[in-house]
Amino acid sequence: MFKIVNREKMAQGTIVLNEIDAPRIARKAKPGQFVILQANEKGERIPLTMADVDSEKGTITIIYMIVGKSTRIFGNLQVGESYYAVIGPLGKATHIENRGKVVCVGGGTGIAVLHPITRGLKQAGNEVITILGSRNKDLLILEDKMAKVSDTLHICTDDGSRGHHGFVTDVLKDVLEKEDIGLVVAIGPVPMMKFVSMITRDKGIETLVSLNPIMVDGTGMCGGCRVSVGGETKFACVDGPEFDGHAVDYDELSKRLTAYQEDEKISMDACQAV
Amino acid sequence: MVEKKGKKEQAPRAKMPEQAPDVRNKNFLEVPLGLTPDMAKMEAERCLQCKKPACVEGCPVSVDIPGFIARIAQGDFDGAAVKLWERNALPAVCGRVCPQEIQCEGNCILGKKGDSVAIGYLERFAADHARENGTADLPVVAEKTGKKVAVIGSGPSGLTVAGDLIVKGHDVTIFEAFHQSGGVLVYGIPEFRLPKSIVASEVETLVTLGVNIETNSVVGATVTIDELFEEGYDAVYVGVGAGLPRFMNLPGENLIGVFSANEYLTRTNLMKAYRFPEYDTPVPRGRNVVVLGAGNVAMDAARTAMRLGAESVKVVYRRSRAEMPARAEELHHAEEEGIEFILLTNPVQFFGNDNGRLTGMECLKMELGEPDDSGRRRPIAVEGSEYTIPCDLVVVSVGAQPNPLLTNATPDISLNRWGNIVADTATGKTTKKGVWAGGDIVTGMATVILAMGAGRESADSIHDYLTLGW
Ligand SMILES: Cc1cc2nc3c(=O)[nH]c(=O)nc-3n(C[C@H](O)[C@H](O)[C@H](O)COP(=O)(O)OP(=O)(O)OC[C@H]3O[C@@H](n4cnc5c(N)ncnc54)[C@H](O)[C@@H]3O)c2cc1C
Ligand SMILES: Cc1cc2nc3c(=O)[nH]c(=O)nc-3n(C[C@H](O)[C@H](O)[C@H](O)COP(=O)(O)OP(=O)(O)OC[C@H]3O[C@@H](n4cnc5c(N)ncnc54)[C@H](O)[C@@H]3O)c2cc1C
Ligand code: SF4
Ligand code: SF4
Ligand code: FES
Repeated sequence: MFKIVNREKMAQGTIVLNEIDAPRIARKAKPGQFVILQANEKGERIPLTMADVDSEKGTITIIYMIVGKSTRIFGNLQVGESYYAVIGPLGKATHIENRGKVVCVGGGTGIAVLHPITRGLKQAGNEVITILGSRNKDLLILEDKMAKVSDTLHICTDDGSRGHHGFVTDVLKDVLEKEDIGLVVAIGPVPMMKFVSMITRDKGIETLVSLNPIMVDGTGMCGGCRVSVGGETKFACVDGPEFDGHAVDYDELSKRLTAYQEDEKISMDACQAV
Repeated sequence: MVEKKGKKEQAPRAKMPEQAPDVRNKNFLEVPLGLTPDMAKMEAERCLQCKKPACVEGCPVSVDIPGFIARIAQGDFDGAAVKLWERNALPAVCGRVCPQEIQCEGNCILGKKGDSVAIGYLERFAADHARENGTADLPVVAEKTGKKVAVIGSGPSGLTVAGDLIVKGHDVTIFEAFHQSGGVLVYGIPEFRLPKSIVASEVETLVTLGVNIETNSVVGATVTIDELFEEGYDAVYVGVGAGLPRFMNLPGENLIGVFSANEYLTRTNLMKAYRFPEYDTPVPRGRNVVVLGAGNVAMDAARTAMRLGAESVKVVYRRSRAEMPARAEELHHAEEEGIEFILLTNPVQFFGNDNGRLTGMECLKMELGEPDDSGRRRPIAVEGSEYTIPCDLVVVSVGAQPNPLLTNATPDISLNRWGNIVADTATGKTTKKGVWAGGDIVTGMATVILAMGAGRESADSIHDYLTLGW
């Protein structure tokens, strides 16, 4: 079960793609939904968004950055090996409709999450302007795929090694000056989503973000994934993961993401020692 | 049969050997160690073998209590286990977790003047003996009927339905959201109260009998009930429990360090965080821990926190000792292990530092006023009695609600206003044809034995449906 049928390394090996055999999930998954995976019986349950789905082949694709012990173990799994558990599709699917002109902003592995949503928006007849950001040109992923589903594609790098030298928010401001935008979708690191939302709030442009709090079950039974949205507590795994970017308490989310920092370090050290 | 004891003097009730409190509050091994065969026989001989046994009336599934106890007294331990299985699929579990003091033992005639028969200990003894020695025969599976049943959820009610229907010759598949079967028995109730090897062995028996288990299947997400019917299932049983945590909606509740009991216990039990970093999932090891609530869940959380190395663990409850709903044994064990009960006290808000981590909890003293609808005296806040308890971990254990994930995806199953599935009390039938439901998803969080009882009634009704029609 849950055999890896394809594996690719991206961004100089810092990001890994797995295509996994999971027919039941592939039959139902929609853009914006995620799965929870466990590499082995002792492993942690890790949420990852489905970057692609092939319902005929019965496979799902995940793209993840190696940031800690669990993603490192995932990254070591080879074609032919299997995940111990894959659960999904979880979370609400993105509500996709024709909004005229839309801007899709992606950063880091958020681009992988953004891809199926962008494709959906394009298929629904939107004019899609995409802005992608990364630290440098070698860490940028899925540029070709994003180009295919966008009418205009802007690239930004923090070090200027490719495209605009600076942040996605610089380009976004520019675009919003010139164009009449119906919707902005922003997926990436928390600070990126926060600053995008600050810009679009001023202009009153509806903005969707996808949140990545720490999760356990992914089905609403633990409350570990709670986020404050518009002053109300929401469970990101069932009420989200997408929310109105203008209503999210990003500072609380950033803090909650540090809950296990010390344990994560212990885990990683123990894992590196082996 | 056992000779009735003519004498008025009763032998004293068996004392369960236990790990000492100051040893066990540092490990996750089971607390009560079990009776020896001699102790069990002696205890069994205390039973008067009543003609009209009151104890049986106190048992929600009417276990033939004098019947199984007589077999223990005769030394026929396997016979006792077989007798138990007639009414109860999981005696090793029920012997450990039933609130005996308000059920079977609470009704025992001997309890009127002295100590009731230790029915729970004896039930546990017979079941453990049969499991450990593997001598009792498995039930005989009837000839295959060719009918397929889907059981959703592998808690005690789902396991009961699966066991009953496989024996009656139907094909049974359990769909479980988690990667392991057992429901609350594996993710909620801790190892020191119910060893997971017992649950695993019960599940193993079902697999041996032919039950198919599809773990990692969230019905409502991975597959819907209607799709199960399309796949050829003839009947569906919904036993998904009351899995949604309730929070108190107090300021500061999203600080790092405030947990639902579900999360705290799932990390510790199912994900085995008490063995971190051997297992990858971490759990916070609080120094000064506060548990809100006073049921079994709260006691489990408090005793877990102690075992994870807390310096102090306080159970904060808004009513008084008499209203604490946990099993008597759990309250007793918790106190012995050094857990403080702060009664007639209610939380008001949580305080944190700049990093968003919990540092304390403000609470308010309460006093008891007039009885409310439940007949319990209503707690009323004492004005101006606010004070702060410093703490770095709070576990909220104030109840659970039904998870709407499955029912949202199945709009033709009627719910009551709390979101519980409406099911016929005698048969478990829901408003959707071919679908039954039972256990906590119908009643709200109750007990293992009630969930199993509901499972048994539904299994009978499903069997009738599959052989006779709806
Ligand atoms: C709905 C959702 C979708 C996501 N999709 C993607 C994706 O498509 N690609 C991708 O690269 N990442 C994604 N993430 C983030 C990914 O889950 C984390 O990077 C991963 O859990 C890190 O685990 P680790 O053990 O390798 O690192 P750790 O050392 O455990 O932690 C590193 C970081 O990951 C966070 N983290 C740790 N455990 C969890 C957990 N159980 N759940 C969520 N975050 C956690 C920590 O806050 C920390 O910042 C998603 C998260 C969510 C909630
Ligand atoms: C910490 C704790 C301690 C307790 N202590 C006691 C005690 O001492 N004595 C006692 O009698 N009772 C106790 N209880 C209560 C008792 O455990 C429950 O009443 C009982 O487990 C209910 O059984 P159930 O089969 O209805 O549901 P559960 O045991 O809750 O099992 C439901 C199962 O369904 C699965 N599920 C949920 N949704 C889906 C879905 N959509 N698709 C597939 N699967 C799904 C869940 O993962 C779970 O495995 C305790 C409860 C808790 C939480
Ligand atoms: S099932 Fe529970 S209530 Fe019934 S006899 Fe056994 S311990 Fe007592
Ligand atoms: S009521 Fe007590 S003494 Fe009588 S049969 Fe039941 S357990 Fe035995
Ligand atoms: S991850 Fe447990 S409720 Fe969302």
